Amino acid sequence: MFEVVSNEILAENLHKMVLVAPRIAKARKAGQFVMVRLAQGEERIPLTIGDADPAAGTITLFIQAIGASTRKIVSTPVGGFIRDVAGPLGKETHITNWGRVVCVGGGVGTAVLFPLVKALAEAGNEITTIIGGRSERYVILADELGALSKNLLITTEDGSLGYKGFVTGPLSEMIADPARAPQAVFAVGPVPMMKAVANLTREPGIETIVSLNPIMIDGTGMCGGCRVQVGSETKFACVDGPEFDAHLVDFDGLSDRLTSYRKEEAARHAAEGCKLAKEVAK
Amino acid sequence: MSNDLSPKERMAIDRVHMPELPADERSTNFEEVNLGLSADQALSEAQRCLQCKTRNCVAGCPVGVSIPEFIDALACDDLPKAAKILRGDNALPAVCGRVCPQETQCEALCVRGKKGDAVAIGYLERYVADWAMLHPDRLLKEAKPEATGKSVAVVGCGPAGLTAAGELARMGHQVTIFEALHDTGGVLRYGIPEFRLPKEIIDREVAVLAELGVTIECNVIIGKTLTVAELSEDYDAVFIANGAGLPTMLNIPGENLKGVYAANEFLTRVNLMEAGRREDSATPILQRDEVAVIGGGNTAMDCVRTARRLGAKRAMIIYRRGEAEMPARIEEIKHAKEEGVEFIMLTAPLAIVGTEDGWVSALRCQKMELGPADDSGRRRPQPVADSEFDIPAGIVINAVGTNANPLLTATAPDLKLNKWGNVVADEEGQTSIPGVFAGGDIVRGGATVILAMGDGKRAAAAIDQYLKR
Ligand SMILES: Cc1cc2nc3c(=O)[nH]c(=O)nc-3n(C[C@H](O)[C@H](O)[C@H](O)COP(=O)(O)OP(=O)(O)OC[C@H]3O[C@@H](n4cnc5c(N)ncnc54)[C@H](O)[C@@H]3O)c2cc1C
Ligand SMILES: Cc1cc2nc3c(=O)[nH]c(=O)nc-3n(C[C@H](O)[C@H](O)[C@H](O)COP(=O)(O)OP(=O)(O)OC[C@H]3O[C@@H](n4cnc5c(N)ncnc54)[C@H](O)[C@@H]3O)c2cc1C
Ligand code: FES
Repeated sequence: MFEVVSNEILAENLHKMVLVAPRIAKARKAGQFVMVRLAQGEERIPLTIGDADPAAGTITLFIQAIGASTRKIVSTPVGGFIRDVAGPLGKETHITNWGRVVCVGGGVGTAVLFPLVKALAEAGNEITTIIGGRSERYVILADELGALSKNLLITTEDGSLGYKGFVTGPLSEMIADPARAPQAVFAVGPVPMMKAVANLTREPGIETIVSLNPIMIDGTGMCGGCRVQVGSETKFACVDGPEFDAHLVDFDGLSDRLTSYRKEEAARHAAEGCKLAKEVAK
Repeated sequence: MSNDLSPKERMAIDRVHMPELPADERSTNFEEVNLGLSADQALSEAQRCLQCKTRNCVAGCPVGVSIPEFIDALACDDLPKAAKILRGDNALPAVCGRVCPQETQCEALCVRGKKGDAVAIGYLERYVADWAMLHPDRLLKEAKPEATGKSVAVVGCGPAGLTAAGELARMGHQVTIFEALHDTGGVLRYGIPEFRLPKEIIDREVAVLAELGVTIECNVIIGKTLTVAELSEDYDAVFIANGAGLPTMLNIPGENLKGVYAANEFLTRVNLMEAGRREDSATPILQRDEVAVIGGGNTAMDCVRTARRLGAKRAMIIYRRGEAEMPARIEEIKHAKEEGVEFIMLTAPLAIVGTEDGWVSALRCQKMELGPADDSGRRRPQPVADSEFDIPAGIVINAVGTNANPLLTATAPDLKLNKWGNVVADEEGQTSIPGVFAGGDIVRGGATVILAMGDGKRAAAAIDQYLKR
């Protein structure tokens, strides 16, 4: 059992949860995740370890409540318990001093990006962070990321905050300017966003790393469910990743596999009288 | 009751038939198929044993269960004694009585099998074990061991780990099992379906360990949460029994289409996560009319019978050799057939064909014929020219096998591995690191429950010796 010691709402449906998990707090590295199961009978889902405090024995999760499992997890109150938290899983991020690095986060990907930015900053990189959301209400962690970055750029689709448009706008401007062009790019967010970033950096040959989010069951390489096509190889994101060279990832295949249970999920949302049902079924 | 029939009288008794649920009823639910013997049946079957001096059956059992002795006690209606003998040799008899391939082990060597039917040793083992579970108060008490003050860490809560833990606890050592998943049993829980092995059996076996003082910590992944080196520091010895979980890919086109499962994913969703088992199960699973399962082992049979229970109208086994070459237990093949599973033999998959929107629509296959024997002694399948054909399928399950999982070994650089990534261990389970032992599928590659248990038992004895030095 893993006790919840804090549970804050950062933005609409976005929670920051701190759990007691001393062994994981001690062992974890940037880029790694945990498999979480709220209670008996619930689904196991992967969540990135956003931060950790080995001295206090706690880990921090940033959870976007989009479906049944994440919604139930974020509804656990302070002092409540999560039955199963296993990890840290996945490979740690390869961190080095590239020089100028751009970190791109979209939606909940921004939370997944947080430990990366922290580790990259510690390694002495000069970081520009670009975070995007549908509107102001979905922009998260701006202060925290701003403190770690040399520049922080915000984009919103409706222009309610920062640049109007997608994260790729400011990124392509930077790439076009030799004085600002990055040596490496990290991108975490919805699959179409990561794909767009990969397309921008491919031609100039900028090393680009993405953190993939396929559906996972065990997270230990046992089931094969999280497989993604990377170059000519099939990789298991939970053990070989979740980070990969963006220029080799088959994003269309990943997007497609993520829709595998759309019908089943919609039925479940409907059964639970969830207002998300209409959205998911679309 | 006594067991002093003449050989002739014994020979006159026919082998019992295991009562089972009718096929049409059971193929729609997850109830256990085999119902177990009645007391009369068990007694009569026990009396068929000739109590021969040669004890061939014992030689056929990987853990050397004292078969004639426990059967004799059973024939004398002394169940507490039968249970004591059985438990003394086998830590998980209720499991083995259900899933061991007896026909190729103990029963294969039974003298009575030379002319007619072997004694149904597996059924009797199950009978005695089930009786023992129902009558804990009548079991002969085990003396509590004196604590040795030594501690052992066991990695993995499958049959190898459970067996070793039980043995070590009985020797008075303090044992902690670390399990990566959120529940116990290993393949017994996430792989083997309830219609063959009810979860309650695993729970009861685990409860016995808890009574012996074994601690089980789930959600701890050795190699990630803690390393082998850390275990070596904190414990006096370590036993690695983390199984062989890493699916072998088919490496054919279409493998990543939606609706293509590796056996472990399909079985884990249903067995560990209860997908498709309850209306409101949180974990989803795809259900389709036509399901093609590639492979001929126990895993393939479990997948295809599970698919049938989830509602598949056409559940098919696709295997590249013939039925006689299938490695699955004979009983599983028989049960699958009764449940309406189709066997498409001498057929190899070439590609998985998909629809425009990325879903599986068919399995493209090729006919095979058997050529000369290969290294495994089995005749090698060879493709028949121009024999390609498509089998329509909404789900394709790859059940061709597993490899060693590198999660643990990647962070234990001193642990010697063979070329397939399995841990190298000697007869007694000693690895290249002093005080670190290993056994089960991680050493052997995918094998059987009883071989994993045998490894656990031998390693426990070796660990005990090591701790006494
Ligand atoms: C390595 C890894 C790290 C992750 N880290 C985080 C994190 O830090 N914070 C966080 O909020 N989420 C994270 N995710 C995503 C999270 O696991 C999924 O959002 C979650 O499984 C959805 O569960 P649900 O039952 O709430 O939603 P569901 O009802 O299962 O799904 C709702 C919608 O999300 C889609 N979906 C399903 N599974 C995923 C998935 N794995 N990723 C993206 N979309 C999915 C569905 O197609 C559906 O449209 C991570 C995923 C991976 C693989
Ligand atoms: C579907 C299926 C059906 C089968 N049917 C039969 C049958 O009918 N009869 C038969 O005799 N055999 C059968 N087998 C084979 C048999 O189940 C295995 O040989 C046996 O379970 C191996 O036991 P084990 O203890 O070595 O490993 P496992 O049973 O695989 O247990 C290993 C355990 O270790 C855990 N683990 C893995 N990595 C780590 C880690 N890093 N840290 C902590 N824990 C870890 C796993 O989660 C698992 O619980 C079947 C196998 C499958 C897959
Ligand atoms: S989640 Fe099962 S192999 Fe990656």
